[in-house]
Amino acid sequence: MASELPPEFIVKIAYDRCRRCKRCVMNCSFGCMQFTDRVVPEHKLCVACQRCVTFCPEHAITITKNELAYKENANWSPETRQNILKQAETGGILLTGMGNPREYPILWDHLLVDACQVTNPSIDPLREPMELRTFLGRKPDRLEFVESEYGEIDLATEIEPQVRLDVPVVFGAMSYGAVSLNVHRSLAMAAARSGTLMNTGEGGLHKELYPYSGNVIVQVASGRFGVHSEYLNTSAMVEIKIGQGAKPGIGGHLPGEKVDEDISKTRMIPVGSDAISPAPHHDIYSIEDLSQLIYAIKEATDYEKPVSVKISAVHNVAAIASGIVRAGADVVTIDGFRGGTGAAPMVIRDNVGIPIELALAAVDERLRSEGIRNNASIICAGGIRNSGDMAKAIALGADAVVIGTAALVALGCRICQKCYTGNCAWGIATQKPELVRRLDPQVGAGRLTNLLTAWSLELKEVLGSLGVNSIESLRGSRERLRGIGLDSQTLELLGVKPAGVGQ
Amino acid sequence: MVMRIDCKGLYYRKQNKIIRDAAEEGETEFILDNANGQRYIGNGIEKNIKITVNGVPGNDLAMFMNGPTIIVNANAQDGVANTMNAGEVIVHGSAGDVIGYGMRGGKLYVRGNIGYRAGIHAKEYKKQIPIIIAGGVAGDFCGEYMAGGVLVLLGLNRGEGVPIAGNYLGTGMHGGVIYIRGEVDEYTLGKEVSVLPLDKKDLKVLTKHLKEYCEHFGLDLDEIMAEPFIKLQPLSNRPYGCLYAY
Repeated sequence: MASELPPEFIVKIAYDRCRRCKRCVMNCSFGCMQFTDRVVPEHKLCVACQRCVTFCPEHAITITKNELAYKENANWSPETRQNILKQAETGGILLTGMGNPREYPILWDHLLVDACQVTNPSIDPLREPMELRTFLGRKPDRLEFVESEYGEIDLATEIEPQVRLDVPVVFGAMSYGAVSLNVHRSLAMAAARSGTLMNTGEGGLHKELYPYSGNVIVQVASGRFGVHSEYLNTSAMVEIKIGQGAKPGIGGHLPGEKVDEDISKTRMIPVGSDAISPAPHHDIYSIEDLSQLIYAIKEATDYEKPVSVKISAVHNVAAIASGIVRAGADVVTIDGFRGGTGAAPMVIRDNVGIPIELALAAVDERLRSEGIRNNASIICAGGIRNSGDMAKAIALGADAVVIGTAALVALGCRICQKCYTGNCAWGIATQKPELVRRLDPQVGAGRLTNLLTAWSLELKEVLGSLGVNSIESLRGSRERLRGIGLDSQTLELLGVKPAGVGQ
Repeated sequence: MVMRIDCKGLYYRKQNKIIRDAAEEGETEFILDNANGQRYIGNGIEKNIKITVNGVPGNDLAMFMNGPTIIVNANAQDGVANTMNAGEVIVHGSAGDVIGYGMRGGKLYVRGNIGYRAGIHAKEYKKQIPIIIAGGVAGDFCGEYMAGGVLVLLGLNRGEGVPIAGNYLGTGMHGGVIYIRGEVDEYTLGKEVSVLPLDKKDLKVLTKHLKEYCEHFGLDLDEIMAEPFIKLQPLSNRPYGCLYAY
């Protein structure tokens, strides 16, 4: 049966400018551009990834939304109708990629940062040193010192393992399999250059990247893909993945088509077999079980590496985080509902979870009130778009933030949300060799390093205007934030005053 | 030289450090006496050492293990051979829940029964194939999500009417094989598996592993092979391939 779905986009070609170089045909990985005696677009196949638009030397291609496809209706949006048609035709779960695109309030955009005027001077970061260094890991309750016989003071408290970040941003967990090896290469190189970390995601670490061990978070997820003792020890930190912001409470299926020779080797599963991650870890049904896995990992790494536990931001996130810290985690990573994914059921991505801003505020507040905030660092993930979001997250209590989507955009991603098809025209979410080649890891690493450099400079400007000279002075300092256009309950949950109110 | 460790009242962290440090210095054989619930024995060890456990070891025995042989002269608890990579674990009693979870290679031989969720998501890669053999019966969700490996249930010495495996046997299975000595009721099976008779290749594989198993526990191979086996295999290596609308 021919599909009744109208095209989502219309591709217009200005034939008077087209010089028939066929670059658009070669670049389109979705088969939309065909060439007969001239370029003929098959509108239905266009996903608006903009690859052709970017590479057309004459700028002769424009892509527009197919506005006339449906009669206007405020209740029945074109997408709603399109999805119903798709399901009526297939009977399947709607699959999608990237983070939640719906118009939920973005609370970062309702938070404003303070600045110094007159009474306490601001600092010029161009001339004065600014400290962005952050240490992730469990901090002691108190410090004890001993005096040696020569009168020297030495630290007597044993400090738990810490990971040093030169910039409070780490790259998000994106598995080799969901993304290409060139993405992992770019992330690893950029992390090493910028003094931060990349995260393997749940698909193991390719042998080629073992030299980057000091800049890698290795993940242990429910499928235990590519997890062995050498892998655990080839890392700066180990992360137990319980949940992902884009799909809280559900597992993942890497389709068999994406499992090629190299991925099969890294994940240790046969070529072409689905890589299925069950929804829960089957050895974790309680906080006690989680503790058991945390200490199993600590035993396997000789207590030399911090262990992080990553959860999705859900309603009860504060109590769960408290349990995680008490179970022995050194770092808690919270992933909000705008976090990205390579593939998730749309119904989950768009409707499940809570915004990271509220989850972060709730977790930081809960750990403080219980007197255990020093026992673990908090990493905030899911929808960090710029250095402003980062500064606000740190003021709300985060030790560091995660960028996944932002990093991919730096690598060329146009957020077309077709990651699950494996056809990514930008060589990111694909394993097809001819597409993977499109991303040069050296270029990618350069662009990611630039992004982190730029955000660091901007963060220093923000700190300077606040009159502080270290990230530590901003951390958890909600007094330096004000809310705008927020109701009183949201303000209370965020722990910030409304704009216009002084101290 | 054999290193004997009296585990009475010994905290697991200290005990395992003694083993790791001694193994690092070249010790190859350990005997743990009076073990009583110490967790993580053999965890992450990459050397070909031998550990004999006299007493009941704690959870996650041989987790992430890569090479050693562990002999348990008693029952074992939960999580035996969790995400294990290589080596052998021989349990002369029964074992608890979630044994061989995400197991990637090596052998786990249990003389008695095994608990719930055995062999979940065991996987294999080329010649690295994990083997789990239990002499008795298994609880529910045996072989769930299995992506590779060989799991064998012998059902020896079981009482009248005791099923050889619980419900949801092989549910979500998409790789590997389960051999069962006896019959299972259709309703206990996961919907992703089919029951097949054994062919010549199966018999060869099964005999090879059972011969080794019998040697460990002093059992008669011919007697075990005299009863008919069935084979459980996944219907597809992509059970959820057609679940989605693209």
